[in-house]
Amino acid sequence: MASRNTIVAHVEDRPGVLARVASLFRRRGFNIESLTVGHCEEPGLSRMTIVVDGNDHQVDQACRQLFKLIDVISVQDITYTPMVDRELALIKVAATNFNRREVLDVVEVFRADVVDVHAEALMVQVLGDEGKVDAALAMFEQFGILEMVRTGRVAMRRGTQTTKPPGISDSQQAAAAIRAMLGRRPEGALPFASD
Amino acid sequence: MRLTGARILMECLRAEGVEVFFGYPGGVVLPLYNTLGEYPDIKHVLVRHEQAAAHAADGYARVAGRTGVCLATSGPGATNLVTGITTAYMDSVPMVVLTGNVARDLIGRDGFQEADITGITLPITKHNYLLMRASEIAPAVKEAFHIASTGRKGPVLVDIPKDVFIEEAEWDGYPEGVSLRGYPIMDVPREEEVEAAAKIINQAEKPIVIAGHGVVQSSAQTELVDFAERSDTPVLTTLLGISGMPQDHELSYGFLGMHGHFYANMAADRADVVIGIGMRFDDRAMGRFNAFNPGAKIVHIDIDPAEIGKNFKTHAPVNGDVKVTLERLLPQLKQASHPQWRAEIDEIMLQHPTDYVEEGTLLSGPWLVQALAESTGGDATIVTGVGQHQMWAAQYYPYNRLRQWVTSGGLGTMGYEIPAAMGAQFAQREPIWSICGDGGFQMTSQELQTVADHNLPVRFAIFNNGFLGMVRQWQELFYANNYHSVDLGQPDFVKLAEAYGVRGVRATTRADALQLFRELEDYDGPVVIDFQLEREENVWPMVPAGAALSETIESAADL
Repeated sequence: MASRNTIVAHVEDRPGVLARVASLFRRRGFNIESLTVGHCEEPGLSRMTIVVDGNDHQVDQACRQLFKLIDVISVQDITYTPMVDRELALIKVAATNFNRREVLDVVEVFRADVVDVHAEALMVQVLGDEGKVDAALAMFEQFGILEMVRTGRVAMRRGTQTTKPPGISDSQQAAAAIRAMLGRRPEGALPFASD
Repeated sequence: MRLTGARILMECLRAEGVEVFFGYPGGVVLPLYNTLGEYPDIKHVLVRHEQAAAHAADGYARVAGRTGVCLATSGPGATNLVTGITTAYMDSVPMVVLTGNVARDLIGRDGFQEADITGITLPITKHNYLLMRASEIAPAVKEAFHIASTGRKGPVLVDIPKDVFIEEAEWDGYPEGVSLRGYPIMDVPREEEVEAAAKIINQAEKPIVIAGHGVVQSSAQTELVDFAERSDTPVLTTLLGISGMPQDHELSYGFLGMHGHFYANMAADRADVVIGIGMRFDDRAMGRFNAFNPGAKIVHIDIDPAEIGKNFKTHAPVNGDVKVTLERLLPQLKQASHPQWRAEIDEIMLQHPTDYVEEGTLLSGPWLVQALAESTGGDATIVTGVGQHQMWAAQYYPYNRLRQWVTSGGLGTMGYEIPAAMGAQFAQREPIWSICGDGGFQMTSQELQTVADHNLPVRFAIFNNGFLGMVRQWQELFYANNYHSVDLGQPDFVKLAEAYGVRGVRATTRADALQLFRELEDYDGPVVIDFQLEREENVWPMVPAGAALSETIESAADL
């Protein structure tokens, strides 16, 4: 079954790491829906949230190939774990004295924020998961969208579970996570011998 | 002690025990060449084209079982390495590739002979480095050798700008260890994986092993034999797995794949349990994926977790080093016996022997390889190019000794045969036999000069049929005899050899060939032998592209 999987990878904060990841995805033919990179709780590391379009088998492959990069410290597919995912969109909506109130009604419904105002436009900031941002965009469409930008997804597991990478002494842990996936049965797989 | 970057690099190579490396100088690596004289224990072999430096390091690595090293200058020097690096990457050969680059302040400004070699080699190296300080050299080189030679082996490139070679840094000895958080060593398999694999193998009635390059890389020949004997499992190899299993062993049943042995392909197709060991279920080995033995349970042992489940669904994945894994698996195996299964394969072998040698006086490929095997007692190290001669060399030479077989399997690089044999000759004293195609030979023949410089006793046996043979075979069989661009004009190979100061000889009949083999026994210099073969001989058996292993054909009549 094709789906959009959310992968969290911790990588060394070094020049060229993004190129390595991008090169890998391109070469292996994996589709990146979005990719966001930024700092995380540990100095020297960056956290990537990658949304991959593909079936479970392809996503498994993507994770394992990603893990092989020397600069990638840990890879986790958190799609099927309880998590919070968010993206942010800035939307410049056409709005004049005649319809500004209507636009603001929509802003309110989506609990979005107006971050800039002009006689002929409003800049709206929408924060939420992908579905909410999609829905807001669809509503603003009727007024005329002059410009739009979305950040791509960031995500974090719920509760006390983290995706924090293992320390330098136990890189075996990251390996174990990848190994655990070896036993995972991809969609449409032949029955396993143990069945 | 403060040393220049160039000296630090050489100190690192010395500490790694590098005895030979292959290179070609140029502007930005001059500071390095300026110090080479101070390190006479590290032999620098001057090649005539950088591609050859990479192939030579690769050939050396495969025969020596150590990490090969090569060096090139920036720009065109570095880009010329690309084919050689990709060859090594596809076949998981440990290599450290050193390149110079333009001075730091010129990087990114398209200066003379600048190429972004770390960018270019991203998808064809296991890892690469661009070093911006002399102090980074020692830790990076230590990491490079570590990464190249552990786990799934492969090439690692280290790019050093000219002024970093000149810059001084503190040298307080070669680093003792590496600290790579994102690179765990995964040699030891999980116990439950080993148990699950053992359970399937113990229940098998018609098991088969497909042994790949991982067996060779991990030097696990003994462990493989123990495994096969205990579980009474016939062993096939992939093209690169040849020499991983001694062929004179009664459980050895040849290699499988597009031009593999007929009985090997059938055995793989009829087995109830397929045990892949250090191999990657490549399309050339397995035939059409969705038609391969659908009933078989698959056990897959490999060091690289990304290979497991990549092409086939695996019933028992075992992620670990081949040698370590086999050692752990062995005690869990029941002593088994599969006489009926072996009789079934023996019967196929009897009906379809690997004996396509016809009577006659003309030189045929299979005959020539068999004659070579007899004259060398089956113990020569064979290096090949790519094409018909490569397949005949794989099919007809009896490989028993580990690392006796060197070929470009994954990338299929024509022109590999001369430089790889040259590099391999630095790893052993006994003459290397380089089985060459007349097409591939013309791609890298400039290296005869390097061979002559060092008086290397390589025997270059050109299987000369005047055609780009394998392509011609496909045009004959699948493109209705429409030959195009396969009839290769060629120089007089004997005169060419002589022009380089290399002995050149020619054989046109079987009697000539036998006579030559005898003559060369005591010759300790390089030789080029122009074996003039029948022009339009085909390689059989064959799995046509897109067909299943079960559809292996043995002659054009079967098409």
